[in-house]
Amino acid sequence: MQEYVALLSKYFIAICMAVYTLESFLVFRFKQEEARRGIYLRQTILIFFIQFAAFMTLVIKSGDLQYLLFYGIVQLMLFGIIMITDMIYPRANRLLINHICLLLGVGFIILCRLSYQRALKQFVIVILSMVIAMFIPSLIEKWRFLKGFKWVYAVAGIAGLSAVLIYGQFSHGANISFSIFGITFQPSEFVKILFVFYVAASLYESTSFLNIAFTTVFAALHVIILVVSKDLGSALIFFIAYLFMVFVATKNYLYLLLGIGGGIGSAIVAYHYFKHVQVRVQAWLDPWTYIDNQGYQVTQSLFGVGSGSWFGMGLMSGNPDTIPYVEMDSIFSAICEEMGVIFGIMLILICISCFIMMMNMALLIKDNFYRYISYGLGVIYIFQVFLTIGGSIKFIPLTGVTLPLVSYGGSSVMSTLLMFYIVQGLYLIRQKEERNGRRKKRRPNREQHYRRETETIPPEDDLVFLDRETE
Amino acid sequence: MITTYLVVATFLGMVVYLCYFVATSEQEVLNNSFNSRQEILIAQNYRGDILSDKGDKLATTTLDSEQNETRVYPYGEIFSHVVGFSTHGRTGVEAASNYYLITSSAPITDKVVNDVAGNKNPGDDVYTTLNTHVQETAYKALGVYDGAIIVTEPATGKIIAMVSKPGFDPNTIDADWETLTKDKSSGKLLNRATQGLYPPGSTFKIVTALEYIKENPDTYNNYGFQCNGRFTLGDSTIQCYHGSNHGYVDFKSSFAKSCNSSFANIGTKLNKVAFRKTLDELLFNQELPVKFVYGTSSVHMEESLSDEEIIQTSIGQGKTQITPLHLNMITCAIANNGSLMKPYVVDCVTNSNNSIVKQFKSSNYGKLMSAEEAEILRDMMKSVVTNGTATFLKNADYTSAGKTGSAEYNSKGDSHAWFTGFAPADNPKVCVTIIVEGAGSGGDYAVPMAKRLFDAYFEEYPINEE
Repeated sequence: MQEYVALLSKYFIAICMAVYTLESFLVFRFKQEEARRGIYLRQTILIFFIQFAAFMTLVIKSGDLQYLLFYGIVQLMLFGIIMITDMIYPRANRLLINHICLLLGVGFIILCRLSYQRALKQFVIVILSMVIAMFIPSLIEKWRFLKGFKWVYAVAGIAGLSAVLIYGQFSHGANISFSIFGITFQPSEFVKILFVFYVAASLYESTSFLNIAFTTVFAALHVIILVVSKDLGSALIFFIAYLFMVFVATKNYLYLLLGIGGGIGSAIVAYHYFKHVQVRVQAWLDPWTYIDNQGYQVTQSLFGVGSGSWFGMGLMSGNPDTIPYVEMDSIFSAICEEMGVIFGIMLILICISCFIMMMNMALLIKDNFYRYISYGLGVIYIFQVFLTIGGSIKFIPLTGVTLPLVSYGGSSVMSTLLMFYIVQGLYLIRQKEERNGRRKKRRPNREQHYRRETETIPPEDDLVFLDRETE
Repeated sequence: MITTYLVVATFLGMVVYLCYFVATSEQEVLNNSFNSRQEILIAQNYRGDILSDKGDKLATTTLDSEQNETRVYPYGEIFSHVVGFSTHGRTGVEAASNYYLITSSAPITDKVVNDVAGNKNPGDDVYTTLNTHVQETAYKALGVYDGAIIVTEPATGKIIAMVSKPGFDPNTIDADWETLTKDKSSGKLLNRATQGLYPPGSTFKIVTALEYIKENPDTYNNYGFQCNGRFTLGDSTIQCYHGSNHGYVDFKSSFAKSCNSSFANIGTKLNKVAFRKTLDELLFNQELPVKFVYGTSSVHMEESLSDEEIIQTSIGQGKTQITPLHLNMITCAIANNGSLMKPYVVDCVTNSNNSIVKQFKSSNYGKLMSAEEAEILRDMMKSVVTNGTATFLKNADYTSAGKTGSAEYNSKGDSHAWFTGFAPADNPKVCVTIIVEGAGSGGDYAVPMAKRLFDAYFEEYPINEE
């Protein structure tokens, strides 16, 4: 009996995931809100199907009813997120909400399977984060003065990172977190957001060469502190985010090239100077020779992915515990091992879909400040996804960062949720821009179409960038 | 938007890489001893069978009432090295096909039934290219002697038989393990066919002759030598086998009669640098294109070689070492117009319902020599049978060709008996390489064994008269 259930649920989950992902990309073909509603509804149903099949497998395979309990509270929470966001912000981006729920849901499935305790902890933090996050879109929309707080962001960011450096604990070679009252806290996750705000505020003021130079100094300060703390993964993310934000603000390829050159240069320096960078690169090039030493994490991770093959070994049928840092950096390998590489690929595509949404926002918003924020957050998000997945499948060396919304990690999940809800706030700002734009255009024969704020939602013309050539 | 396209392109690249990894690396990943997931498969499935080409069970699993597995080898010592064993580490086919043997591709309905009954699923079965009759013949042919025999098909690379003596009984490997591993002198666990390194003796004259042909493509047939039983260069002398005096010999009869003096003479005329290149092309001092464990043949050939070394090397003595497998591969290439087909022993994998899960095919390594050179060598090897050291084979129902060797390995003049050859002489179907340790003359000891093997092969795979 177990066999049938495990086998069927594998294929069922993979199919649901594939349909969900397909719908995520198809949604852009429909300009009509009605049709989109249909897609969003189907996606929500698919999310719950996947949750059901996965948790049922866990319950049947383990015979442990606590999974049933956990299943219940997770469903309630997901349902809550969708309903409450819809109530407070009826015009929020539904696709993004669906993705948040899907990613959180997948995270809970695999965390529950790996460690019930951690799954519970994660659950509590998600609830907390959601409570805070619910306020964010509204605040973003209303507090336009946020543009002017350049120095606040810079100082707070640098202070946060320095605090880690000074008070932090070393965790496997990198100084990235510290504890208050027993709760571990990773400031760099939150500083990411402050950093993007700082750069956006600064570039909004001016994109003159002088200002760029000035901003670069402070950005570099962030990166340097991270490097000194040996959190090279975050340092890289900050660096890339800054580089691309400057590029999009100035449209100057020279900055991009300079930045890339500087990046390669510092990478080479880091390689020679930091022992553990050398170790990581060696483990990436040939982990099999050092299989019981430096290469252990990569090889165990590859074993997981390889043994999982296309549809996975089935939840609770594999051996992901042998993979080091499996709940955090290598969670993608555990997912591929038990739920299959097809599932994993769909997950990647969903992350890309989130990214495309953020890029789209950057294109359509007229106010530069918010434009840069959307762009910066998008780059930070997708680059982190790239680092963590690429590292665990030996596409690039390991860098010790987590998969946002899926991996275990309170600071990571909270800051990512805040990020996504900031983007929701930007979405509202854009709609306001649109309405203001329409008011100015007053076309008599289409006057009937103009409705008041709380009624029909105007068609969303996302993904316009596929037609337009502008940056 | 550039960033978006850049990101999407990078991620697409990553996805392609991931798919490629999953599609190609399954075997290596699962076979790695650091991968604990093997244990999961082993707990769910019982080990599949290893079978001969016609379906005889060479290794099988019996289950007792508590689903405990015992591995049984019905042919015991006969296939001990090539099939191998799977407790105390893994060797042979047991090692190479481990992944298939512990995976079960049984239909899902069977798996469900097993699951309900609390039974293990049947692992997939592996069909080898080995033939029981030929293997048994080889085993009996070696008799009381130590040594190795390899029988292959030059057109495909299939290994029909591989015997190494002394052997061991894999059924009692657990009980015998202590004594087997402590025994440093007889080396029962060593697969002499693939890993035994021996001086090639006169079989190396194939290589020396090839080099002479390459360096003198138009004039090699004009070679002549007056043999008086010995050849001297500087301070070194070599003698023909057991003091024979061959009289006047041309190129072909030097080869057919295996005249040491003549070949030592030929050796002195060769360009050492060119010879080195030929040896590399023939896979000396190199990795062999085979998927199992093997010894690496070695030969010293450089400008600084002394006179003594060059004449010793030309007749296959000196420091040169070769494995029977390697010699067989060279012979197969000669038989197959210069092209070497990679030797392989696993033919296909089937599930418990006998449906083929994976089919392996022969694969061409490339040319070790040109087709013309191969033809000349075949011709010379025919003369070894018709009027040389292997005339015992002349009266068979089929034609054959080959080269004998009596490789000296100590100063008392004791030698290993070698024969390497193929049959029929034209359009060869089977290649045989034999070494009998310490027996003496290749013509006396190895050639009769070769005849029995050719006979056995043609009994199993008759030649079609076209």
